[in-house]
Amino acid sequence: MSATALSTGEVVVHRARPAMGLTLLLLAQVVGASGYVLTHLDIDGHLPRAWPYVLVAWFAVGVATHLVVRWRLPYADPVLLPATFLLVGVGLGMVHRIDLISEPARTDAQTQAIWVLLGIVAAIAVMVLVRDYHVLRRFPYVLFLVGLALLLLPLTPLGVELNGSRIWIRFFGYSFQPAEVAKLVLSLAFAGYLADTKDVLAMAGPRVLGLTLPRARDLGPIAVMWVASMLVLIYQKDLGTSMLFFGLFVAMVYVATGRSSWVVLGALLFAAGGWFAYQKFAYVDVRVSSWLHPFSNFDKNYQVIQAQFGFAYGGLLGRGWGMGRPGLTPLAKSDFITAAIGEELGIVGLVAVILVYALIVARGLRTALSCTEPFGKLLSAGLSLVFALQVFAIIGGVTRLLPLTGLTTPFMSQGGSSMVANWLVLAVMLLVSHDARRPTVVREAAGDVASLSADATQVITVRNPQPRRPEVRTATSPSLPLDEEPSAVAEEEDAEATAPFVMPGTEATAPLGTQDSTATRPVERQDNTATGRVPTHDSRGTAPVATQAEQPTGVRPPEPGRAPRTDPDEPTQVHRFEEDE
Amino acid sequence: MNASIRRTAVVASILFLALLVNVSIVQLWRQSSLSADNRNRRVLDAEFAQNRGAILAGDTQIATTTPIKDRFRYQRSYPQGSLYATVTGWYAYDFGRSGLEAKYSTELAGTASNQTIDRLVDLFTGATPVGATIQTTINPKLQQVAAQQLSGKKGAVVALDPKTGAILAMVSTPTYDPNTLATHDLAAARAAWTALNADPAKPLSDRATREIYPPGSTFKLVTAAAALESGMTPDTLLNTPSQLTLPNSSSVLGNESNCGNTQQTMDRALQLSCNTAFANLGATLGADKIRAQAKKFGFDSTPMTDINAAKSQFPSKADAAQTMLSAIGQYDVAASPLQMAMVAAAICNDGVLKTPYLVSEVRSPDLRVLYRHGPDDKQAMSAASAQALQQMMVNVVQKGTGTKAQVGGVVVGGKTGTAQTDPTKNPYAWFVSFAKNPDIAIAVFIEDANVDRTDIAGGALAGPIAKAIIQASR
Repeated sequence: MSATALSTGEVVVHRARPAMGLTLLLLAQVVGASGYVLTHLDIDGHLPRAWPYVLVAWFAVGVATHLVVRWRLPYADPVLLPATFLLVGVGLGMVHRIDLISEPARTDAQTQAIWVLLGIVAAIAVMVLVRDYHVLRRFPYVLFLVGLALLLLPLTPLGVELNGSRIWIRFFGYSFQPAEVAKLVLSLAFAGYLADTKDVLAMAGPRVLGLTLPRARDLGPIAVMWVASMLVLIYQKDLGTSMLFFGLFVAMVYVATGRSSWVVLGALLFAAGGWFAYQKFAYVDVRVSSWLHPFSNFDKNYQVIQAQFGFAYGGLLGRGWGMGRPGLTPLAKSDFITAAIGEELGIVGLVAVILVYALIVARGLRTALSCTEPFGKLLSAGLSLVFALQVFAIIGGVTRLLPLTGLTTPFMSQGGSSMVANWLVLAVMLLVSHDARRPTVVREAAGDVASLSADATQVITVRNPQPRRPEVRTATSPSLPLDEEPSAVAEEEDAEATAPFVMPGTEATAPLGTQDSTATRPVERQDNTATGRVPTHDSRGTAPVATQAEQPTGVRPPEPGRAPRTDPDEPTQVHRFEEDE
Repeated sequence: MNASIRRTAVVASILFLALLVNVSIVQLWRQSSLSADNRNRRVLDAEFAQNRGAILAGDTQIATTTPIKDRFRYQRSYPQGSLYATVTGWYAYDFGRSGLEAKYSTELAGTASNQTIDRLVDLFTGATPVGATIQTTINPKLQQVAAQQLSGKKGAVVALDPKTGAILAMVSTPTYDPNTLATHDLAAARAAWTALNADPAKPLSDRATREIYPPGSTFKLVTAAAALESGMTPDTLLNTPSQLTLPNSSSVLGNESNCGNTQQTMDRALQLSCNTAFANLGATLGADKIRAQAKKFGFDSTPMTDINAAKSQFPSKADAAQTMLSAIGQYDVAASPLQMAMVAAAICNDGVLKTPYLVSEVRSPDLRVLYRHGPDDKQAMSAASAQALQQMMVNVVQKGTGTKAQVGGVVVGGKTGTAQTDPTKNPYAWFVSFAKNPDIAIAVFIEDANVDRTDIAGGALAGPIAKAIIQASR
């Protein structure tokens, strides 16, 4: 973004897209619903008597959740909720399908459905009660301590060892995986902490081997996290959880500072700790050999081997709902639910599920990109990355890409704590995305803009831009180095030109949004392909104003006098990036 | 900050890409080995739930599959299980499979590579895949007669068509009912399995093809064949002392019939089954010649491929005494009834040994022929020597130890044998024979012949069984 763009200030405004959101949601819910229907047709040959109620309840919950999001967070990312409901539906369907193996059928799916409901209620509570997610920024150190305590809770007498890992606690008869909640709490803590200190952490320390290291005095937090994750690795015996939290911290420090030396440092520290554990603790060796040579000990690695047999049995297209043998794999409902999916829905189905996870991560990172202030950026990026790492660790473990870990598969695994925690994560992601995508001008003339916006994005000409949220800036980032801004902007431009990351998520290329716009506004599509940020007089060559003039229908040209944005004398708030950096 | 977010996004996409690539690797590279793993219950169960093809003997279904309402959906059943158990083998959930059920498992299940098209068609038409039908060479009538003749005895019968190698009858007794192992009542199957394995009579042993025994005097046919092939004639005189002290040994070999104490022609020595004559003949020929002849008849090699038949053996090294004993079918010589039937068949077929086979055709459900047996033969001995030996065997039945096998108006040749490996146990009784027009070669073996140790006694016990089968074959 150049200086001229800052002065002219054309802004791409995200549009609230209720119809697309609802359509996507219903489509996504159909996947889970058809899993339920097909399971019964394949196993029993007929539907159970309760099927209309089950399906009506399922779609009603989805639509109700959608309506709450529409009410509270109308600009929230329209893809996140459908993607989540797709995963929840497939997960519930698979748990139910495995229930039916037992004679008489178990009712774990009902219990799980209640947990889904509780998760949704918790998410709605967050959406309704947290009017501004910035309140979550206030107590980073308290949250940090709470998160660490949660993470290390299984080491107390409350903890129980399950399947070789001590990452669960048992509490009044209920099992609970505190890492799931710690995931959210620590993301909040890191985001708050790093939003305040990122500039300090970015300061250069000594140069070693061509790498500018952080200053020694700034190494405290990473040392604490390293010790905590080593405790998890050694005493909780879970590589996945350890990697998850240390990776989360290092990734967020990198996002905050842009200094790759933090990543190198973190990787070296973790590798050193891992190597030490491999040398010192027999269990690591066992895990590694189970990973590399599972068939050398059939009985000991029964679970992983059965998962492999399941994948092979499922083949490319899967056996079909109810027609595989997922019951032969122990823990097929929880840790190994992706093995059950691979068996019955095939490699194709498993790839689809992985891509839905990737979609959620992509939308989260997209939110981080378009968010205008550091806390929201860090929070959204952190939650997305921890989600990505978790999916990578668990699915990688089940498919033998990594040593097996005890993490849950988000939104799919049987288990209440994980389900509720992930719904809370989703709620926070929706909050941030709503705030990030909300066009500021809409505050003044919401109805007007809504009527204007017949398309995915809209180009609005404004002048005299001002930072949208100056109060945040003064309150929390007092010492902004003045020379930081131009360099950051230049970096941004580079990344824009070369970024290979065009995962599904760019607004204008979203599948449903393109349908109506292709015929009428190809030029605008071109302009907006890369991001939802301000299109400028850039290399793509088409001036935004010209684009507007070419539009035959749909977006009306700005009408003088109706909206403040066209008034040359009145200062207008503008939605743009980097303003806080 | 956006630049670093974009870079972490690249890392996140690499993580997801790694998952996708790895999942594809599981599918592309590991699937076949995973599916072939015999601990893979999914594959075993799926195959157990197949609509397996039938096994036929003539027009008789000896193994078939019927729909059943349980988790496997199809029940394998054997309509005359005990009669054909040696042929069909069993097909059990927990205890694997044997016989044709093992060798033709993929064809019966419809999963063999040459049935791929059928599977694809089934996939798209939604039809339940049906396995191929196995047509055996077994003649139900001969099989029944052989089983009747052996009932109450421990033994085996193998009958071959010398002109083709087709196995016409294959019986091992005592036998078992494969239905008891194939049942979906897995506890009952386990109980049956335990009982069958605990049975001292070893009903699960296939005495016809998978066990080898000392062939005793029936092996003199091989020694005689070697002699004829090396230029001797049936009239060649052999030294036949009443007793023969083995070289470098104190062991004394005697005769069990009255062979005199001088010389006998080879023809007469075979009729009377003179041990000393054939021991001397063996010493004259040497172990190598006898071994070479035995190999031509199929010793030391896998006799056939349709079932896992055992290799019969002739000792690879033998000193003078061991050669003499080997020449009369003792010491380390061991043969299956199938092998001895092959010897008789090759002699009967003018020296041409047809490789035995049990499966003549494999047909897909739409009657397309997936496999048809092709002829496979080799010359075991010259036609002239074989014809001379045929006459010698006919003489055994006419005026020697095999008179019990005479069938009026039919040219029958044979050779009796008894063999004892353990003095405390009853000897083995053998009768190896052929009949002409139509040709048939038969080996009868009785493991626990409760008679005294003479060839006449063995012939008296096993000969009538051969006779009954020859009569039934015309």
